[in-house]
Amino acid sequence: MSAYGAVISARFRMHLQYRAAALAGLGTQLFWGLIRIFIFAAFFRSSDSPQPMTYPQVVTYIWLSQALMRLIPWYAGDPDVRAAIRTGSVAYELLRPVDLYWTWFVRIIGATLAETALRAIPMFIVAGLFLGLQAPPSWPSAGAWALAMIGVVLLGGAMVTLLSITMMWTISGEGVTYIAPTLAIVFSGMIVPLPFFPDWAQPVLNALPFRGLIDIPFRLYMGHLSSREALPMFAQQMAWTIALVALGRLLLARGTRRLVVQGG
Amino acid sequence: MPHIVVRNLVKTFRVAERDPGMWGAVRGLVRRRYRTVRALGGISFSVEAGELVGYIGPNGAGKSTTVKVLSGILVPDSGRCEVLGRVPWRERIPLVRQIGVVFGQRTQLWWDLPVVESFHLLRAIYRVPETEHARTRDELIALLDLAPLLDVPVRQLSLGQRMRCDLAAALLHSPSLLFLDEPTIGLDAVSKLAVRDFVRLLNRERGVTVILTTHDMDDIEALCTRVIVIGEGRLLSDGTLDDLRRRVTTERWLIVDLLDDDEEVSDPQASVISREGSRVCLRFHPEQVPPAALIARITAKHAIRDLFVENPPIEEIIARMYRGAAP
Amino acid sequence: MRDSLQLYLRYLGVSVRSQMQYRGSFILLSIAHLFATGIDFVGLWVLFHRFGSIGGWSLAEVALLYGMVSSAFAFADATTRGFDMFGETMIRTGDFDRILLRPRSAALQIAGQELTLRRIGRLSQSLPVLLWASWSLGVVWSPAKVALVVATILGGACLFNGLFVLRGTLAFWTVESLEIMNTVTYGGVEASEYPLVIYPAWFRRFFTFVVPLACISYFPALGILDRASSSGIPFFLPWVAPLAGLAFLCLSLQVWKLGVRHYQSTGS
Repeated sequence: MSAYGAVISARFRMHLQYRAAALAGLGTQLFWGLIRIFIFAAFFRSSDSPQPMTYPQVVTYIWLSQALMRLIPWYAGDPDVRAAIRTGSVAYELLRPVDLYWTWFVRIIGATLAETALRAIPMFIVAGLFLGLQAPPSWPSAGAWALAMIGVVLLGGAMVTLLSITMMWTISGEGVTYIAPTLAIVFSGMIVPLPFFPDWAQPVLNALPFRGLIDIPFRLYMGHLSSREALPMFAQQMAWTIALVALGRLLLARGTRRLVVQGG
Repeated sequence: MPHIVVRNLVKTFRVAERDPGMWGAVRGLVRRRYRTVRALGGISFSVEAGELVGYIGPNGAGKSTTVKVLSGILVPDSGRCEVLGRVPWRERIPLVRQIGVVFGQRTQLWWDLPVVESFHLLRAIYRVPETEHARTRDELIALLDLAPLLDVPVRQLSLGQRMRCDLAAALLHSPSLLFLDEPTIGLDAVSKLAVRDFVRLLNRERGVTVILTTHDMDDIEALCTRVIVIGEGRLLSDGTLDDLRRRVTTERWLIVDLLDDDEEVSDPQASVISREGSRVCLRFHPEQVPPAALIARITAKHAIRDLFVENPPIEEIIARMYRGAAP
Repeated sequence: MRDSLQLYLRYLGVSVRSQMQYRGSFILLSIAHLFATGIDFVGLWVLFHRFGSIGGWSLAEVALLYGMVSSAFAFADATTRGFDMFGETMIRTGDFDRILLRPRSAALQIAGQELTLRRIGRLSQSLPVLLWASWSLGVVWSPAKVALVVATILGGACLFNGLFVLRGTLAFWTVESLEIMNTVTYGGVEASEYPLVIYPAWFRRFFTFVVPLACISYFPALGILDRASSSGIPFFLPWVAPLAGLAFLCLSLQVWKLGVRHYQSTGS
């Protein structure tokens, strides 16, 4: 366990050194968040009809998504894992007496946590103090959010690990790693909060795993989803997590057999 | 007109220092500490047209910094420098049109493409007229035996093959000055010889001035009449190879192959450097004891299969010189 | 000038041939990229479905903006990605030295470095959107307006290229991975897909005078929609606005040159 702790702190330190990147990251995310808010503000001004979310809720939502952006599988998997597969050093990893899937899973989660914390903390401070990021309306909502965040970390970790594993198949793997992040970004509610999608689309969106990344935790945070929904929502996140973990392990076993047979 | 003139070249770098550990990393976020490194502390030399000069020194001595300044990539802090009559960093484009550079560890060829495609692209980049390019290219292909490699993607070449292609690539625009940075590193023996032969031909028959930076002393011994040694940003030696040897030491080595493995060898005027099975290596100074006398004494006492007298290997010379240069 | 263009076209050929070696991958990734960029417009459509209009602009009018900006970005994205990975691939590895050893402008060589043509696939969703907008709005296409659209897209491509160059130039000062700078380009693209009027004054000024995105989307659109006078801007503005994109690129290249000079003083 301490080994994983070391990974997290190493990544953390690495990112601290990149202070220009940290500042640039904060600046550009503030910029992007502002643009989104201006756009929504203009939309709200243009229509009197009731909307699925209020404007203050949308503002909070946008800042939450900027702060916690790193939790989504934006890109094709963890760079370390990808490098390991590409250079063939995954063969060394297979020689070690540890479960490869869990090693990668934990490593990915650790890295994600480290990087998210670095971005989230300054953003919460700035957006919370100056830009309209509101606190959860009640303690139960805050608690529900915390629970859902655990789900996000695990679910996101399972997704990224799965994506990284698909890199073992060069052609089809590349395609998947390109499309999947796009799906994740849209259907998680990152671009447009899911409640804004047409009513007929809601059942489909609710069934997909991606909502567990943004839609569920953020709406619990705002009380838009009642805190009573905390457990069922968490259950949904975990159900998908388990499914993706199982799929990931299956593919990893297939993939390593393939690598061993082909000799990398 | 000398091809290269360097006077009192000075170059310092600022390197960020990192504190170890987590707390150090957080501090580094707020304030950075810098260290100045003096890569070149005022070096001076000149190179005439047609010379083949070895430029050697330990890692971090300032070799690559010098080459970068001479080729216009880096601007020095102070000092005078002219290459082919131009100030490199001020007239970069006209200068690089007339020089060639080969880096031993990095290729300038396009990785996924057949070698000949890289040649085509370089012709366009250097704006070489088609007929001239064809003639030069065909000559180089013949000299370096590249015909079977032309259609092979660069990533599929062996190191030796790639180096030969890189040499050709650097010469396609007929430069009068060539910088070679570790050209034989990692190469097998046959390839090394091929590269050396080619460089020698280039210099002796075509008059191309060559500056050879290397750690491989065999390269130096095979090719260079003149050797410049640099250490810690200062010029330590500039002259022939023999001058270099004599500067460091006058000692000679006597290598003896004994018939009897177990014999102890000793002499009051020589000291044993090393012993490997039946081979003993002794160090002596010819001013103290003439070689003939020492040989006579040794052969009188021991049964010898073979013996020879050598200068200390150049690595040894250089190593002592570096040690001398260390503070 | 002409033979710089020839060299650039040569680079194009080289890049295409390199990528063609991995043909299966190329086709798959092109399709994937098309899909990924198509999703953009879905977001737009969803919001209009709920809100109906924005700042007095309808979906079709915003689609016009979107079509032009997205097309401009497609060209820039496909052709100047060399500056994208510049820091990682060139500065860190020291390969930039090789660029300086060649008797050509460094910027030209970097621009030719990576021509990821599959990204041009974005056009296959931006152009249909543009066409739909034009049809839906009943735009009467005079030769002047056609020229304006073309100029806007090209000017936009220049502007985005300028942003890429600037982003690459940062690598001279910090070797850190600034992939987060993507948000500047993507944020800018998103911002210019909506009419400028919806933004507060300081934002409008920023996008008109500092990073002139408005000049390659909003102002030309006003010209095409014949709304210049009603929006209170000089009548000639829509027609000359795209030049701002070119000007921005030229400025970026000057900053780039500063970056190269910095590199030459401090080494790697």
